[in-house]
Amino acid sequence: MNLLLLFVLIPILMIFCLWISRNINQVRGVMVAGSTALLILSGVLTYLYLGARADGDTAEMLFRSDWTWYSSLNIKLSLGVDGISVAMLLLSSVIVFTGTFASWKLKDQTKDFFLWFCLLSLGVFGFFITIDLFTMFMFYEIALIPMYLLIGHWGSGRKEYSAMKLTLMLMGASALLLAGILGIYFSSGATTMNILEIAQLHNIPMNAQLLFFPLTFVGFGVLGALFPFHTWSPDGHASAPTAVSMLHAGVLMKLGGYGCFRIAMYLMPEAANELGWIFLILTTISVVYGAYSAIVQTDLKYINAYSSVSHCGLVLFAILMTNQTATTGAVIQMLSHGLMTALFFALIGMIYGRTHTRDIRELAGLMKVMPFLSVCYVIAGLANLGLPGFSGFVAEMTIFVGSFEHVDLFHRVITIIATSSIVITAVYILRLVGRSIYGEVKNPEFLKLKDATWDERVSVIVLVISIAALGILPLWMNNMIGDSVLPIVNTLVSR
Amino acid sequence: MEIQVEHYLIISTIMLCAGIYGFLVRKNTLAMLISVELILNAADINFAVFNKFLFPNQLEGHFFTLFAIGIVAAETAVAIAIIINIYRNIQTLNVDKMDKLKH
Amino acid sequence: MEYTLIILLLPAIMFLFLGLAGHKLKHKVAGLFGTISLGLVTCLSYFTAWEYFTSPRVNGVFEKIIPFNFEWLSFSEALHVDIGILLDPISVMMLIVISTVSLMVHIYSLGYMHGEKGFQRYYAFLSLFTFSMLGLVVATNIFQTYIFWELVGVSSYLLIGFYYTKPSAIAASKKAFIVTRFADLGFLIGILVLSFYSQTFSFVELMNGSSDAILTGAATQTFLGIGVLSWALGLMFIGAAGKSAMFPLHIWLPDAMEGPTPVSALIHAATMVVAGVYLVARMFYLYIGFAPGVLEIIAIVGAFTSLFSAIIACVQTDIKRVLAFSTISQIGFMMVALGVCTGMDSHEGLGYMASMFHLFTHAMFKALLFLGAGSIIHAVHSNEMKDMGGLRKFMPITHITFLIACLAIAGIPPFSGFFSKDEILAAAFKFNPAMGWTMTVIAGLTAFYMFRLYFNIFWGKEAKHHHTPHESPLTITIPLIILAIVTIFGGFIPFGHFITSDGLLYNIHLDPQVAITSVVVAVLSIAIATIFYKNKEQKIPAMLGEKLSGLHKAATKKFYIDEVYQFITHRIIFACISTPIAWFDRHIVDGFMNLMASSTQSLSYSIRKFQSGHVQQYAFVFLLGIIFIIGLILLVI
Repeated sequence: MNLLLLFVLIPILMIFCLWISRNINQVRGVMVAGSTALLILSGVLTYLYLGARADGDTAEMLFRSDWTWYSSLNIKLSLGVDGISVAMLLLSSVIVFTGTFASWKLKDQTKDFFLWFCLLSLGVFGFFITIDLFTMFMFYEIALIPMYLLIGHWGSGRKEYSAMKLTLMLMGASALLLAGILGIYFSSGATTMNILEIAQLHNIPMNAQLLFFPLTFVGFGVLGALFPFHTWSPDGHASAPTAVSMLHAGVLMKLGGYGCFRIAMYLMPEAANELGWIFLILTTISVVYGAYSAIVQTDLKYINAYSSVSHCGLVLFAILMTNQTATTGAVIQMLSHGLMTALFFALIGMIYGRTHTRDIRELAGLMKVMPFLSVCYVIAGLANLGLPGFSGFVAEMTIFVGSFEHVDLFHRVITIIATSSIVITAVYILRLVGRSIYGEVKNPEFLKLKDATWDERVSVIVLVISIAALGILPLWMNNMIGDSVLPIVNTLVSR
Repeated sequence: MEIQVEHYLIISTIMLCAGIYGFLVRKNTLAMLISVELILNAADINFAVFNKFLFPNQLEGHFFTLFAIGIVAAETAVAIAIIINIYRNIQTLNVDKMDKLKH
Repeated sequence: MEYTLIILLLPAIMFLFLGLAGHKLKHKVAGLFGTISLGLVTCLSYFTAWEYFTSPRVNGVFEKIIPFNFEWLSFSEALHVDIGILLDPISVMMLIVISTVSLMVHIYSLGYMHGEKGFQRYYAFLSLFTFSMLGLVVATNIFQTYIFWELVGVSSYLLIGFYYTKPSAIAASKKAFIVTRFADLGFLIGILVLSFYSQTFSFVELMNGSSDAILTGAATQTFLGIGVLSWALGLMFIGAAGKSAMFPLHIWLPDAMEGPTPVSALIHAATMVVAGVYLVARMFYLYIGFAPGVLEIIAIVGAFTSLFSAIIACVQTDIKRVLAFSTISQIGFMMVALGVCTGMDSHEGLGYMASMFHLFTHAMFKALLFLGAGSIIHAVHSNEMKDMGGLRKFMPITHITFLIACLAIAGIPPFSGFFSKDEILAAAFKFNPAMGWTMTVIAGLTAFYMFRLYFNIFWGKEAKHHHTPHESPLTITIPLIILAIVTIFGGFIPFGHFITSDGLLYNIHLDPQVAITSVVVAVLSIAIATIFYKNKEQKIPAMLGEKLSGLHKAATKKFYIDEVYQFITHRIIFACISTPIAWFDRHIVDGFMNLMASSTQSLSYSIRKFQSGHVQQYAFVFLLGIIFIIGLILLVI
C-alpha cells in the first residue's frame, strides 16, 4: 500500500459517500471530512518527504511503486513524488479544502455539484502523483470533463458559451498533447511510459523532438494560459462557480506549467533549448499583455483572469529560463499564484453573492459594509502585486534573480521587460481596490449587506495564512523545490 | 418463337427500372412501397429464370424466390403498419412531410 | 548586542496584535499599547547607540557589528537573502532618528487622532511602518533593504489612504504607491545587475574591499556605451529618487499630505522620504569607487529638485503642501551633499557627513514643523493659509516651537539647521562654486518661504473662525516641546565624531566665509518675508504675483508636472496601450478562436444538407453512385 494511493482513494470514497448521502448535512459532512483528510494527508506526505530527504534519500522520486494495468501497451500506474509534486499536492489539498467551505451555501443540486467537484479533484491529485505518461494524461482528462458540467450547470452569465469554449480549447490542447505523448513514447524506444525511464534513456532523435516538443508544450501551455491560447481563461473563470474558479485557476492551470516542465522540457531537452526562445517571447508577451489588459477591465473576475494570464505567463517564462533559481521560482510562483488567485475568486464569489454585481463601477465603499471581506481583498491585492511578506514576492524575486543570471543579452532584456509587469500589476490592483473597496457606498442597497459568515471566514483565513506563511518563511519550500528541480535542470543545461 | 432467357430478363429489367423510377419520384409512401415490391419481384424473377435456364437440376433459385416472397410479405406488413401509424399521427403520406426527427 | 532584535520585533508584534485584535480594544488602550511598545523600542535604540558609540574604535573606525543574521531565502550558492541587523554609524543614527520621531508621533497621535474611527488601525499601521523602516535601516544586505523598502511603501500607502472614504486620499495613496513602485522597478533592476556581477547582496562583502576586484572587472563592461556598474548604481538611484521624491518622481509627495498630519510628519518628512538618501549613503563606497559619474548626476538632480520645489513652495497656500515642497527641497540638499563628494576621505567626503548630519537635524525640525502644522490644523480645521492668521495669541506653545523650527530650517545660528546646512554649502563650494552659490540661493529661498508660511499663520489678518482656536492638549504640545529642544541643541552634536565617509574622526569646523554668507542671505530673506507678509495687507506679494503672473501661475500649478503624468497615464497608457490591448484580446485573439468555432459550425451546416432526411434523395444519390461505380468498372475492364 502506497501512501500516495490515498490521494486517489479518498476522492473515490468521497464520491461514493456523496452518492449514498441523503441530505445536505451528510453531503457537507462528507466533504469536510474528505477534504480535511486530504489536507492532513498532504501535510503528512510533506513531513515524510522532508524526513526522507533529510535522511539522505537522494532518489529522484520517492514513494515509488508500479502496478501494471494494461500490459500489452506497457501502461502502468506508476506512483512517485518529488519536491515539486509534493508542493503541488499541498496546494491542491488546501484549495479543495477551502473550496468546500467557499461553496458551503450552494443551494442548487448540492450533492451533484460536490460529486463532480470530487471527480475534478480526483483528476488533479491523480495527475500529480503519477509519473507515467499515459496515466497522467488519463487523469488530466478526468479533470477536464467535470469542468464542462460544473461551469455549464452551476455557472453564471454566459455559462454555456464559456463552458463550451473552455472545454473545446482544452480538449483541442489535449489532442495535441496525446499526439505529443505518443510521439515521445514511440520515438524514445522505451519499454514503459514511465517518465523517469524515458528521461534516463534519453534517445529521442532530434527531428522527433523538434516535432513533438511544440506539440506537448503548447498542449500544456494552453492550460497554463500561454498567449495566444489564453482566451478561455477570462470567459471560463468569469462564468464558473466560486469553488470551480478556485480549483481551476488555483490548481488546474498549474497542471499546465507542471506538465510543460516535467514532460515537455524534461524529456526533450535539446528541443527545449533549440525552440525555447520562441516560447520565451510568447510568455513574455503573456506577462506584459495580461497585465495591460487587466488595467481596463471592469469585471472583478476578468481583472483576476487577466492577472492570472500574466502570473501564469511568468511561470512558463521562468521554466524556460532553464536554471535552478528561476525554475524554483516558477514552482513557488505556481503555489503562490494558486493560493492568491483562489483567495481572489473566493472573495469575489462572496462579494458577488451579496451585491449581485461584479462591475467595479457599481461597487464602492465595500470596506464600510463588509470590513472582513474587504480587508482580505486588500491583503489579496497586496499579495498579488508582490508585497514582501506574502508568497508573491518570494516567487517573483526568485524568478527575476534566476532569469537575470543568464549571460546573454536576449534573456536579460526580456527579464527586464517581464519585471516591468510588477508596476502594471500595482496599477490595476490599486485601481480596483480604490474603486470598489474604498470610497463611500454608492448604492444604498449595499448598506444592508452582512459581512462574512463563519464558513466563508474559514475558507479565507486558511488561504491568507497559507500565503503569509509561504511569504514569511520561504526557505524550507525553496530548498525542497530547489533540490527537486535540479535533476531536470541539469538535463536541460548539460545537453 | 421460343421464349429465351433474354425475354425474361428484359421484363425483369423493365420492372426493376420502373421500381427504381417509382421509388425516386413518387411522394406517396404507399406508392414507394409498391415500387420496392416491384424491385424485389424483378429480383425474384431473375432468381427463377437463372435457376431454370442455367442450373435446371438444382432448386436453390426457386427456394430463394419463395423465401424472398415470404420475407417481402412480412416486410410489407411491417411497413404498412408503420405507414398507418404515421398517417394517424400526421395525416399525410407525403414522404417530404415526414421530417419530424430532423428538427 | 542581540537585544537589538527586540527593536525590530516589538513593532512587528504590535502590528499583528493591534491589526488582529485591535478592534476589540478601547481606543485609549490600543493607543497606549502602541506608544508604550514604541517607548521601549526608543529606549533600546538609545541604549544601542550609547553602547555602540562608546565601544572602542578599531583602526580609528567604529566596527560594523552584525548581532543577528539568518538566511531567509536562497537563490543560488552565492546569492542568498538574509534578514539581519547590521549596526554601523549611519544605521545606529537612523535608529535614533526613527525611534525618536516615531515615539513623538505616537504620543502626539493620542491627542490628534482622538475619537477618529479606525484609531486602532491607525496605530497598527504606525507600528507596521516603524517596523519596516527600522528593518530598512539595519538591513545587512541590499535585498533586505529592498524588502523593507517595499514594506515602507505599503505602510505609506495604507496611511495616506487612512481616510479611505475620501476620494482625494484614495487617489493620493494610489499615486504614491504607483510612482514609488515605478521607481522601485529601477531599484530592483539595479539590484539584479549589481548582484549578477558581484555575486553577493551583502553590504559588508560589497564594502569591505573583498569584492573590489570583481567589481573593477565588471566596471570595464559596458552596455549602450555606459559601464554596467554605472547602470546598476544609476538604476538604484532611480529607486532612491522615487522614495525621496526627486524630480521628476516627486509628484506623489505633495499629494501624500492627504494622510493624517502625524503620518506626514513621520513618513513624509522625517523618515521614509530620506530612505533614498540613506540608500545612496549606504552604497556610497560603490558610488565613489565605481560610478563617480552617477554621483554627479545625483548632485545635479538634487540641486535642480531643490530649486524647483523651493520655487513652488513660495506660492502654495496649503500649509502642508508648503511643508511638503520644503521637504523635497531639503532632501535635494542632502542628495547634493552626497553628490558633491569626490573621495572617501573626510575632506573629499565632507558632503557625506554633511548629508547625514542634515538628515538628522532635518528629521527633527521638519517633524516639529509638521506636528506644529497639525496642531494648527487641529485648532482651525483647515489646511489653507487664508483660514489662519493671527494665531500667535491663541496658541503660544505651537507658535514658539514653530518659530524655532522655522529659524532652524532657515539656517540661523545657533539652531541645528544652521550647522548641517553650512556643512552642505561648504561641501558644495568645494566641489564647484556655481553649485555652492546655487545652494546658497536655495537656502535663501527656503528662509523666505518658511517665513512667509510663519507670518501667514501666526501674524497677518485674523480669519473668521467658527469657534475661537485654542492651544492643543498636552499630548500634542509635549512632543512639540521635546522636538524643539532637540532642534535648538542638535546642532552642537559633534557629528563628525560619529559619522564620516571613511569612518575616521573628523572635527567639524565652520568655514567663516560660507557661514557668514549663508547667514546674511537667510537674514535678508527673512527680512523680505517680514516686509511682504507681516502686515495685514499683503500688497507687495499681490503686485509681484500680477507682474510675474506667468511664473506665478506655473508655480501654483506645480509647473504642470502632474498634468504631464496625467496625460501619460490616462491618454497614453490607458487609452493608447491598455484599451487597444484589451480590444485586441477580445476581438482578434478571442475572435480568432470564435472564428474557428463558427467556421467549423458553418462547414457542418453546409455538409449537413447531404443528410436531408429525404429518403428519395438518398436513393437517388445511391443510384448515381452505383451507376458511377459500374461505369468505372466497365471503363477499367
